[in-house]
Amino acid sequence: MNYLALVYYNEDLIRSMSQQEWDALNRECMACGEGLRESGHMLDGHALQLTDTATTVRLRDGKLTATDGPFAETKEQLAGFYLLTARDLNEAIQLAGKIPPLRLGSVEIRPVRELATEGNLAGKTPLIDHTARSDG
Amino acid sequence: MKAWLDRYYQEESRRILATLIRLLGDFDLAEEALHEAFAAALVQWPRDGIPDNPRAWLVSAGRFRAIDQLRRRGRHHAAMEQLAHQLESEADTPEPPEEIADDRLRLIFTCCHPALSSEAQLALTLREICDLTTEEVARAFLAKPTTIAQRIVRAKAKIRDAGIPYEVPEGKALAERLPVVLHTLYLIFNEGYTAFSGAALVRGALAVEAIRLTRLLWQLLPEPEVAGLLALMLLHHARRDARVDASGELVPLEQQDRQRWHRDDIAQGRALLAEVMTRPGYGAYTLQAAIAAVHSEAPSYAATDWKQIIGLYTVLQGIAPSPVVALNRAVAVAMRDGPAAGLAGLDRIAAEPALADYQPLHAARADLLARLDRVEEAAEAYRRALTLCQLEPERRFLEKRLTELRCRSVAPSGD
Repeated sequence: MNYLALVYYNEDLIRSMSQQEWDALNRECMACGEGLRESGHMLDGHALQLTDTATTVRLRDGKLTATDGPFAETKEQLAGFYLLTARDLNEAIQLAGKIPPLRLGSVEIRPVRELATEGNLAGKTPLIDHTARSDG
Repeated sequence: MKAWLDRYYQEESRRILATLIRLLGDFDLAEEALHEAFAAALVQWPRDGIPDNPRAWLVSAGRFRAIDQLRRRGRHHAAMEQLAHQLESEADTPEPPEEIADDRLRLIFTCCHPALSSEAQLALTLREICDLTTEEVARAFLAKPTTIAQRIVRAKAKIRDAGIPYEVPEGKALAERLPVVLHTLYLIFNEGYTAFSGAALVRGALAVEAIRLTRLLWQLLPEPEVAGLLALMLLHHARRDARVDASGELVPLEQQDRQRWHRDDIAQGRALLAEVMTRPGYGAYTLQAAIAAVHSEAPSYAATDWKQIIGLYTVLQGIAPSPVVALNRAVAVAMRDGPAAGLAGLDRIAAEPALADYQPLHAARADLLARLDRVEEAAEAYRRALTLCQLEPERRFLEKRLTELRCRSVAPSGD
């Protein structure tokens, strides 16, 4: 049997971490993945960027719509996943548009991120707007 | 040279920024590169002369400075080094001029991407395309500048992290994406036409910019509503010299010197309208343009074809119902059937809780009440409008009306 293990956490916990703590967690995840791959138990796996980057796609009356954010319909349950490779978000939306259950529910698109030993950026969006000027 | 560069910055910096954003794929890096490129120009141009193509020079200088910047940061990050390398290899091919010409339009489609919330779309477009300050955008949304700054930072991060591209969509996707873009262009024009607050009533440059972008969109995408919006902008822009007097006071449509309307803009707007109204698929912008066109051919306010205007507002109310449309229709009814009929319509709209703070509604009520000689109620409505007014010339106009009303109550006229 193959099993899909889905990982959940409260993103606020991640945002409140220091860069060191966050990098340490990422290194742990890399080590965990390596161990499972070596023992032949891990087929594939990826970390996702935070839900800030999510786009939800729906198909209603033959019309494809994309909206900001993760889907929030509590009466919808996870039914499957596709790992897609696309040039950019526009292509990803068009590809997701081909998934048949889209007309029943929704598909949440999230970019995959690479784990790094340090300097992990996802979720660490700088809080200062370098371009916010008030001089006009 | 400093003065020349300052002016050049005013006129061209947003266009150059749009190109740098596309090339570098990052708003903040592009903004830094833009400023470094202008700083370099300030040193080199007085010495070597202005290059033949200043825009291409600045784009190229900005691009190489961004690559240097990534290199410096890249000492610690393999990914940045890789990005710098990639940008460097791309930088060898010069940019075709038509690519650069379309960069602002591309950036509009990026800023108006449906994967961004509509609040973020507007804030980002006003900030990045129109170069409004964060404070000005905040005033427009009646929000705190920190909230807007955060919204813009998040939107930029999502564009970068989720891979929202810098491109004008094609085919079906273009039609799906168009309404949001048109709405944004409409808001940009409005910002140019009536600044959100402060002293300057007509910020002509923004209105001209919105017209330019809409015209570009019309060439790219001959959809009726694009032409409708362009016609609407042109027909309103035609009144620019007549709607403010020499001392900067607002002149209402009713009192405008119609000799000062720009006939060339009116002719262009009407020609566009004639072209699209025979085709299916036009909508709210085209109908609003048609209303402006009726005004444009009337010899005076009183001699306007109000019957036709009421008819157009009725159709508009059918396809895009809004209290604002209902308000304008009621004003037109007052012109055709007298102030009492108009007031009845306005009072029905005023019952709408969402419109309790809508300044034009109170100003319109005040005007009709004054015409009906209900002086006390008119004064009350003017005062209410004044408390809601954010625009200096509009405030002075309302105050003038209120003063006239007071004079009338003190010394009643003989009629």
